[in-house]
Amino acid sequence: MTRSHTIVALVEDRKGVLNRVVSLFRRRGFNIESLTVGRTDVPQISRMTIVIHGTDPIVEQLVKQLYKLIEVLKVSEVNVEESVVRELALIKVNATASTRSEIMQIVDIYRANIVDVTRDSVVIEVTGPQAKVDSLVSLLRGFGIKEVARTGHVAMIRGSMATARASTYFQESDWKNAAATQTTSDSY
Amino acid sequence: MTSRVSEVGGEKAGTRLSGSQIVCESLLRAGVDVLFGIPGGAAIPFYDVLLEYPFRHVLVRHEQAAAHAADGFGRATGRPGVCVATSGPGATNLVTGIATAFLDSSPMVIITAQVPTSYIGKDAFQEIDITGITLPITKHNYLVESVHEVGRVMKEAFHIAGTGRPGPVLVDLPKNVLTDHSIWDPVEPLKLLGYRPTLFGHRAQIRRAAQMINGARKPVIVAGRGVIISGASEQLLKLAETAHIPVATTLLGIGAFPETHDLSLGMLGMHGELSANRAISEADVLLALGMRYDDRATGKVSAFAPNAQIIHVDVDPAEIGKNVRVNIPIVGDVKNTLSVLINEISPADRSDWVAEIETWKTIPRNGQILNGSPTAEGVMTALRDVTKGQAMIVTDVGQNQMWAAKNYCYTRPNSFISSGGLGTMGFGLPAAIGVKIGCPDEDVWVISGDGGFQMNLQELSTIAQEKLELKIIILNNGYLGMVRQWQELFYHSRYSQTKITGPDYVKLAEAYGIPAYRVEKAEDVASTLEKVARTPGAVIAEFVIPPEANVFPMIPPGATIEDSLFEEEDE
Ligand SMILES: Cc1ncc(C[n+]2csc(CCOP(=O)(O)OP(=O)(O)O)c2C)c(N)n1
Ligand SMILES: [Mg+2]
Repeated sequence: MTRSHTIVALVEDRKGVLNRVVSLFRRRGFNIESLTVGRTDVPQISRMTIVIHGTDPIVEQLVKQLYKLIEVLKVSEVNVEESVVRELALIKVNATASTRSEIMQIVDIYRANIVDVTRDSVVIEVTGPQAKVDSLVSLLRGFGIKEVARTGHVAMIRGSMATARASTYFQESDWKNAAATQTTSDSY
Repeated sequence: MTSRVSEVGGEKAGTRLSGSQIVCESLLRAGVDVLFGIPGGAAIPFYDVLLEYPFRHVLVRHEQAAAHAADGFGRATGRPGVCVATSGPGATNLVTGIATAFLDSSPMVIITAQVPTSYIGKDAFQEIDITGITLPITKHNYLVESVHEVGRVMKEAFHIAGTGRPGPVLVDLPKNVLTDHSIWDPVEPLKLLGYRPTLFGHRAQIRRAAQMINGARKPVIVAGRGVIISGASEQLLKLAETAHIPVATTLLGIGAFPETHDLSLGMLGMHGELSANRAISEADVLLALGMRYDDRATGKVSAFAPNAQIIHVDVDPAEIGKNVRVNIPIVGDVKNTLSVLINEISPADRSDWVAEIETWKTIPRNGQILNGSPTAEGVMTALRDVTKGQAMIVTDVGQNQMWAAKNYCYTRPNSFISSGGLGTMGFGLPAAIGVKIGCPDEDVWVISGDGGFQMNLQELSTIAQEKLELKIIILNNGYLGMVRQWQELFYHSRYSQTKITGPDYVKLAEAYGIPAYRVEKAEDVASTLEKVARTPGAVIAEFVIPPEANVFPMIPPGATIEDSLFEEEDE
């Protein structure tokens, strides 16, 4: 049975690592639904959240393949029910004097924000699970959407347990030392 | 490999060296003594420094051969082979050789020169994105952007190439990185947080596996190249004998278990022994060691070992469950795992099972058609007699490869060296260069088809220059034989572009200063092989074999043992 899987990967932030991950997905025939990359609390480590469609065994194989990449430190599949999963979207919508207040009401209901206004348009910022963003986008369609930019998912397990903790791999002292060595060697 | 480390590399520690020198110091510390390569513009700074170092550099005639030679060296010795190429075309010429090594888990470090960092991304002369190109065919690769990284990268490269599941690692070095200077600090510790191969199998899993084996009535062991890589042949022999379990090997597992042994089933798979394939079909427990269930080995996956509980041991967790279901997965080095497993195995007598398999064994025909033309089987069996089964056989790809695999009777690990996963024609001759240099005391014989030989025959020049004692057999059938066989069997004998001519090999050899013989009669096979074996230096022997001989038995691709094809009796 194929379904959506959300995978969190901690990777060493070396050059080309995103390319390696994406290339692996392409090579093994996976379509990425969404992929986000960002820093963690440790400067040398980035966190990727990848959403893909596939059967359980195929996704298990993918996780093993990810581990074969030298920069990949930790891969875990996140159970969406037990997690906070969020996405951010910016939506630029036509808004005239006559429609603006109606749009603002919708924005309020969705606990979204208007972050930019012109005479004939607004930019709305919304955060939430995918379904919430989807439904806001479809409600706004009637007003005329000019542009949508969505980030894709980030996810984190609820509760006190950390499943993908970056500081396990680098202590603060480590990266400070590493930074110090870097400066000395660069001065040659 | 390690003994040299303490002797060299130390004296320059803490001094200021160029990137090229740091590469060389790193090579010394890794125990490297031979490099295969060709220089070029961006690589000149490296080659310049090379003059001051004690390496043997083998100047090949095409970079593909440098990669195959390094691969052959790595397979034969277990230590990473090293090849060097310049930027652009030098680097791209390596690609087939790198892919060949990657698919067969061969340890290799590839050094490519690159245009200076300030030119990267500008389509400079001979700039090519070789790290991009080799991303899917290397275990790991590096574009080194600063001379300060060279020492660390070289150390990581050798570590990654040679540990866990071995593989090729490429280091791309821009010209300015080769000429810039930095302090050489050989003691820099490795910081590979994401690379920790699991070498020891899980105890509880091993215990479960032992129980399953002890309870089996019809167990079979399949040994892959992982057995050879981990050096587990002794443990395998002990396990097979203690538990009385027959052993089949994959193509690349040939030599992991002595084929002269009563418990040997020979090779499995598409051109495997019928009895080996049948034993696997009937087995109730299958112990798969260091193998990856290639489709040439399994045939139709759903029909592979249909009655068996499967135990799979491999150092690469991604291989487990990838192609074939598994009941007891064990991630770990084969040797380590077997050493533990063996203690839990009860001695057993499975004579009934072994005898049952014996009844499925077919008498090899060996194609002994005297007074006719030599047959490939006849050449291989004669070669076995002449070399007492003790040579290292390096093959090319095609029918010649299968004949070589099936008719020599291998008894030692690494005595059969061949391109399995990629099936690279043109592999044999250059790979043998690396094998011979890695194992100078061994008799090394190349078995090649006429097609594959013509893909890298320029290396005869390298062999002559290096005065390598290589015995080269060309099985000349005037066809791209394996493809012709498929066309005959599956495409109604419509021979499209498989008839092939070749040069006069005796004259060709003469041009390179290499003695050569052509054999057209079966009765001359043995005596010629004797002569070749006695003649010092490189020798070529061309055997003119029947043009349309086939390799049998054969399970058609994607089919099952029931669909096996055999030689027609009246042939
Ligand atoms: C580089 C490469 N190109 C093409 C093939 C496809 N191929 C497989 S076997 C074969 C024929 C080999 O002919 P030859 O070397 O004469 O050996 P034979 O089968 O006749 O013994 C070919 C073309 C290949 N394996 N490798
Ligand atoms: Mg041929």
